[in-house]
Amino acid sequence: MSHEDVAQTSMSTARRLIMTEDQEALRAAVRDLLSDHAPWASVLARTESDTPYDIGLWGRLGDLGVTSLLIPQEYGGSGGDARDLAVVCEQLGAFVAPVPFCGSAVLATAALVAVRSEPVAADLLGKLASGELTAALAIPATSVPGAVLSTTVLAEDGKLTGIVTPVLDLWGADLVIVLALDEGQAALYAVQADEFDFPLVQPITALDLTRQVASLELAANPARLIVRGEPALAAVATAVVTGAAMLAAEQVGVAQWSLDTTVAYLKERYQFGRPIGSFQALKHRMAHVWRRLGLARAAAIAAADALAAENDPDEIATVVAVAASYCSETAVFAAEEMIQLHGGIGMTWEHPAHLYLGRAKADELILGAPDQHRARLAELVSLPAP
Amino acid sequence: MVAMSQPTPGPVQPLVPAPRETGQNSMASADLSDRIADVVAQHGTGDRTSFLGARFDAGLAWVHFPEGYGGLGRPRTEQIAIEGGFARLGAPATAQAYNVIGYGMAAPTILEFGTDEQRQTLLRPIFTGEDIWCQLFSEPGAGSDLAAVATRAVRDGDDWIVSGQKVWTSFAHVAKWAILLARTNPDAPKHRGLTYFIADMAASGVEVRPLRQITGEAEFNEVFFTEVRIPDSARLGDEGNGWAVAQGTLMNERMAIGGGAVRESGMLGLLATLWRERPELRRPALHDRLMRLWVEAEAYRLASERQRQQLLAGRPGPDGSGSKVTYAALNQDSTALELELLGAEGLHHEDWSLRRPTESNWLAGGASHRYLRAKGNSIEGGTSEILLNVIAERVLGLPREPRSDGGVAQKDQPR
Repeated sequence: MSHEDVAQTSMSTARRLIMTEDQEALRAAVRDLLSDHAPWASVLARTESDTPYDIGLWGRLGDLGVTSLLIPQEYGGSGGDARDLAVVCEQLGAFVAPVPFCGSAVLATAALVAVRSEPVAADLLGKLASGELTAALAIPATSVPGAVLSTTVLAEDGKLTGIVTPVLDLWGADLVIVLALDEGQAALYAVQADEFDFPLVQPITALDLTRQVASLELAANPARLIVRGEPALAAVATAVVTGAAMLAAEQVGVAQWSLDTTVAYLKERYQFGRPIGSFQALKHRMAHVWRRLGLARAAAIAAADALAAENDPDEIATVVAVAASYCSETAVFAAEEMIQLHGGIGMTWEHPAHLYLGRAKADELILGAPDQHRARLAELVSLPAP
Repeated sequence: MVAMSQPTPGPVQPLVPAPRETGQNSMASADLSDRIADVVAQHGTGDRTSFLGARFDAGLAWVHFPEGYGGLGRPRTEQIAIEGGFARLGAPATAQAYNVIGYGMAAPTILEFGTDEQRQTLLRPIFTGEDIWCQLFSEPGAGSDLAAVATRAVRDGDDWIVSGQKVWTSFAHVAKWAILLARTNPDAPKHRGLTYFIADMAASGVEVRPLRQITGEAEFNEVFFTEVRIPDSARLGDEGNGWAVAQGTLMNERMAIGGGAVRESGMLGLLATLWRERPELRRPALHDRLMRLWVEAEAYRLASERQRQQLLAGRPGPDGSGSKVTYAALNQDSTALELELLGAEGLHHEDWSLRRPTESNWLAGGASHRYLRAKGNSIEGGTSEILLNVIAERVLGLPREPRSDGGVAQKDQPR
């Protein structure tokens, strides 16, 4: 691909980068709900409780229709697209909301939507849309968009055996979508709690206190076949790319909260007889966070728009890689600046800053680390490593 | 406050980079299309000056200006469609590229603060490119602190006698007119003793000297005023109101509509092409730096495009200060990487001779020229440090740093 080709690609694909009125309304509705039901004090308290996820809030998000945005209406979903989903993910990030949204409404749903012509997938989508089921996608959380997919799970006589770790949002899931090796080819299987013996879930104590990760240990667990062969791999690949793009939106939410919270603190904290936000050294640091956040937001919106409206898979992969790489690092940057500029208070358990730092850093490591996204991007735009 | 001593062709693209079929409002409405076609049919084959004059007379110069002054009193955003319409018909380009100050700063300021006579006589030759303009704001002692301007203007009957030194003036060696900020009352606090003038660069007592810069060439000038006589009729705005007029000028400069650029444009494109075409230069540690720059340049492009779409939708975002900081850093990092990638070839500099370019082209010349010239990107048109202050105070609402120059007469300020 030449320089002209690269430039031409971007010309022929102008992304829509501003929100519609419907999306503004969606944003406000989700924000209101989270303000009422996920204040940071309760999010922090929940991290040390027996129910790390807020089932009530998950149900309310379902009532609002946002957990089924990716599911077409004919399957009972809200029939939105990735742009709408990104609006929700940003708000969930801004509240570090303790719900299995990424695992269920993004990853597992995206995989099932990709194979919705299969009757089993269609049936499961209906149950996800109605809120009857909450799902997880059994792939390692560190899966990278565009990388060759592999699995250690073997299918034999409709039973699955193997270990997948670390898996996002297994806690509370009653449906697990599993990529397995079935007579030499890839296959997607569904393991459902109400039908079968549910496989063993080994929780992992996570850096991110607000998102659960666990190991899935399958030992000849009965499972339902969804689809075999290339469509199975394509479905998981789609889910990973979708997940990376939605994570970018979430990271924008994390960065925005970190910026807003730190700016507010710099205005109210007095030392040397003046608000510390009047010191240029600190103002410049906040201005850099704001500047980078503007770029991150545009990149995240572009990635969601590409998923919703772009046909060329390489162009989708390119825009998602840009967003994932840039938003990951921006969220970590914003959260780390927040910790430093809060001084001692930012190091305490009682202040929510650490929830956001943990989320930002963990988000950076999952669904492709920034350097992995850039390595993938280098292939896509013909800038090969030496 | 931000000193905009030079044009900032960086993040602020010409009003329309290229005709595009995509995006909103890119097609002119039917009546505009007819007007465009008329002008091209009647004057499109003549020389550029007469064609641009006809465009001005048809109200298609700056469409948001009032009728009779080069516009039609329509929304500024329609300019995009107009430029696209002319480009599609193969019409001559505007004079924007070589009359940056005239288009971006002088014209809107004259429209807003000028007398009717000033508007009638000055606007049209700006658009046609017959009158090149320069801007006399910055001084050796007034850079980021622009309000510290010390060039004196003393009233003498119907005239003003102006003496002082200006610096970093692009186009001064080719300009017919200048917009000038001078001190008319040194006893007032510094923001309140300034007055804004239009200066004739051919007047007696005006001396222009090239200012040689680190690339060897001289894009800019020093301008010395020695008892230059300026008639009071060339004043723009009220006496003592120069700061407010200058603010309007600077605001207008930043309202140009950016966005619309293609992927891998500008400096990053050169760097990417070098990487592709010279595999023997590739080194492992430089690869991730290249990709980081690629990612940031693309995110910057998308953010500029987003700003454009927000503006078109009537929902402008916060000011462009952040874009300029990013743009400067990207250019500097990209040019530095280009030199490192070139290795031995990076030791070479094409030409140290004192040349006098009439258009700023930062991508021209060799890699060492680009590296050196890019250093100016974070200084000209407001230093990155001042722009970060602007973001912190105006966008984020952080308190101002305590100042020591409030309320003190300009003549009593330490310098």
